[in-house]
Amino acid sequence: MARSETYENDLHLEATELRLGLPGSKESGKQDASNNVSKSNKRSSADQIPEDSSSTNNSSVSDARNEECPPPSKTQIVGWPPIRSYRKNTLEAKKTESEGSGMYVKVSMDGAPYLRKIDMKVYQSYEELLKALESMFKICIGKYSERDGYNGSDLAPTYEDKDGDWMLVGDVPWEMFITSCKRLRIMKSSEAKGLGCL
Amino acid sequence: MGSKKCKTSSNSETLQTISSFPDEVLEKVLGLLESHKDRSSVSLVCKDWYNAERWSRTHVFIGNCYSVTPEIVASRFPKIRSVILKGKPRFSDFNLVPDNWGADIHPWLLCFAKAYPFLEELRLKRMSVSDESLEFLAMSFPNFKRISLLSCDGFSTDGLAAIATHCRNLVELDIQENGIDDRSGSWLSCFPENFKSLEILNFSNLNSEVSFSSLERLVARCKSLKVLKVNRYVNLEQLQRLLIHAPRLTQLGTGAFSQELQPSQFAKLESVFNNYRSLETICGYGKPIHSLQCDELAQLLNHCPNLRRLWVLDTVGDKGLEAVGSSCPLLEELRVFPESPFDPDIDHGVTEAGFVAVSYGCPKLHYVLYFCREMTNAAVATIVQNCPDFTHFRLCIMNPGQPDRLTNEPMDEAFGSVVKHCKKLKRLAVSGLLTDLTFEYIGKYAKNLETLSVAFAGSSDLGMQCVLAGCPKLRRLEIRDCPFGNSALLSGLEKYESMRSLWMSACKVTMGACRRLAMEMPRLNVEVIKDEDSDEYHANKVYVYRSVAGPRKDAPPFVLTL
Repeated sequence: MARSETYENDLHLEATELRLGLPGSKESGKQDASNNVSKSNKRSSADQIPEDSSSTNNSSVSDARNEECPPPSKTQIVGWPPIRSYRKNTLEAKKTESEGSGMYVKVSMDGAPYLRKIDMKVYQSYEELLKALESMFKICIGKYSERDGYNGSDLAPTYEDKDGDWMLVGDVPWEMFITSCKRLRIMKSSEAKGLGCL
Repeated sequence: MGSKKCKTSSNSETLQTISSFPDEVLEKVLGLLESHKDRSSVSLVCKDWYNAERWSRTHVFIGNCYSVTPEIVASRFPKIRSVILKGKPRFSDFNLVPDNWGADIHPWLLCFAKAYPFLEELRLKRMSVSDESLEFLAMSFPNFKRISLLSCDGFSTDGLAAIATHCRNLVELDIQENGIDDRSGSWLSCFPENFKSLEILNFSNLNSEVSFSSLERLVARCKSLKVLKVNRYVNLEQLQRLLIHAPRLTQLGTGAFSQELQPSQFAKLESVFNNYRSLETICGYGKPIHSLQCDELAQLLNHCPNLRRLWVLDTVGDKGLEAVGSSCPLLEELRVFPESPFDPDIDHGVTEAGFVAVSYGCPKLHYVLYFCREMTNAAVATIVQNCPDFTHFRLCIMNPGQPDRLTNEPMDEAFGSVVKHCKKLKRLAVSGLLTDLTFEYIGKYAKNLETLSVAFAGSSDLGMQCVLAGCPKLRRLEIRDCPFGNSALLSGLEKYESMRSLWMSACKVTMGACRRLAMEMPRLNVEVIKDEDSDEYHANKVYVYRSVAGPRKDAPPFVLTL
């Protein structure tokens, strides 16, 4: 494509120049973009976003240049995408709320009037987690088996993973589980039957 | 035809016919005109009409607060009750304009307090508003009824408290997306117990919790409440209770649900919406609309067949948008915002498929703002075939310079098809990999275009020149990070006086060209915003606008007026 050819020519000529703009945007554009990324204009929480990424921007740009990869189009450019600062702050605040210290996830149980929250970091294994859930909700969950899911009770613990899918608790290694678990739900076995077979 | 009060003495019968109406009649007639454009035209006919128009005008729209001074406004229009005032350039929303740039409301309030003591309505966008200003407003205008603050900054919830306390006749309080210092929710409790005139209340973007009992009492006594948009601290139960008190509600916004929707709660939500078939808007850009599974969203939408406007997060996915397409045949406006705009690795979000699905199901769609990570020319062509009535088409492909996903070609044909098919198009935002061809299309076909936003696009000056030469109704042009330079800037010399403003940042424009523009066009303000590291040669951020007020007197040191 014409544009990428131009870019590669530019790469050779301006190899030592920090590029945070895009192919096609020439010197003034680049300087401006790099200035903008290091400068903070608005409120502090919004400021953090450009500032934090500027260091990663530098390294990703130099890596990109070294490998002659496509432009660092995924680096964070000031004011892009065009979302109002207000909205940006709200979304970021929501993220930090959920990712704060401790790994708290919500636990719901069908029929319970309200949800609970547990700190996953407290548990080292599935056994500990299940014991805690059993005592929290005054229920019996039973034993996990790879083939049959949870035997011995009419409840099954499930969780929502990063992709938004509902999975049966216990299938994957514990470490993998705690990083991918977004929330827990204890559902009736009859509903969970389908999950165990996946 | 009774008395004839002719200002112009003339023997000609035709002239007498024109000015044969007494002033009072003329004013009465012209007083019925509402459109600003009509009023502008009318004021140009002759002196009589100019005067009749200015005496009969009650509402003024000022699209750029620096295009005129408050004194000029006050002396021309003696009877204003309602003002719309817009301040900073739009790209200030995206951190491209430094703080303390200007657009302070206070000088306007000082002037209006003297000239329009009976002022009723103030709608501000991108203005700097302090708590002192809000208090001054609340105390100076006894008849004050409506205030709307959108994307403003400089105030806190204390200012809102002053409004709530002192504005006895308040009908509308609309606080949206402002840089507000949210200290507490106690402002809401400042509405006096005998206050009951509120019809519109929107505090969905505020982050502190208000007292629910105060809110409930307020809603209960304001019998004419039509629009209610609460923030995320009002939970579902509470929302239901509020709705019982508000029988005339036509718009409901929930800002954000703050809890998971369990099946039982979901049933409640359905029943809530069941009673309100006339609900026009659902705002749900908090966590929960995305935690709704697609079929749950579909169920929800099934109860809102009259839905006209929908704002969602892109976490509803293409499937969620398919549900929109099949449930909301009357949909006119759709805005899809990205949940993780700054995270490039996420594969979630919406694609062209979602947009296409909506276009099949919602032929009345005329306003769209769509953030996605990829798009195709073919999809856009299909979309505009299905929905030819677009007036606002704002497509943001979040990866700058992203080509067509299928063909790897530029997205020129996509926007070409938009401007060719959508004859009523007034506002366009383009994105993706674009060459000058896009702008040739725009200049050739977009004859009703008023606002154009361009970023990371174009190949040469020709692009911008085509737009300036070809779009007769262009009012606002905002450009960032494009290879447009001095010839492009200067090709619009005469055009800029017919426009509200031009913004160019991170382009190839030099100080020399800006100075030349300023010299040739004395009725334009040509301002350059200096960054810390900008040099003497390049003009990194240029803001050009027509003005009868002359150069700004309140410009901060980093704004150079040329």
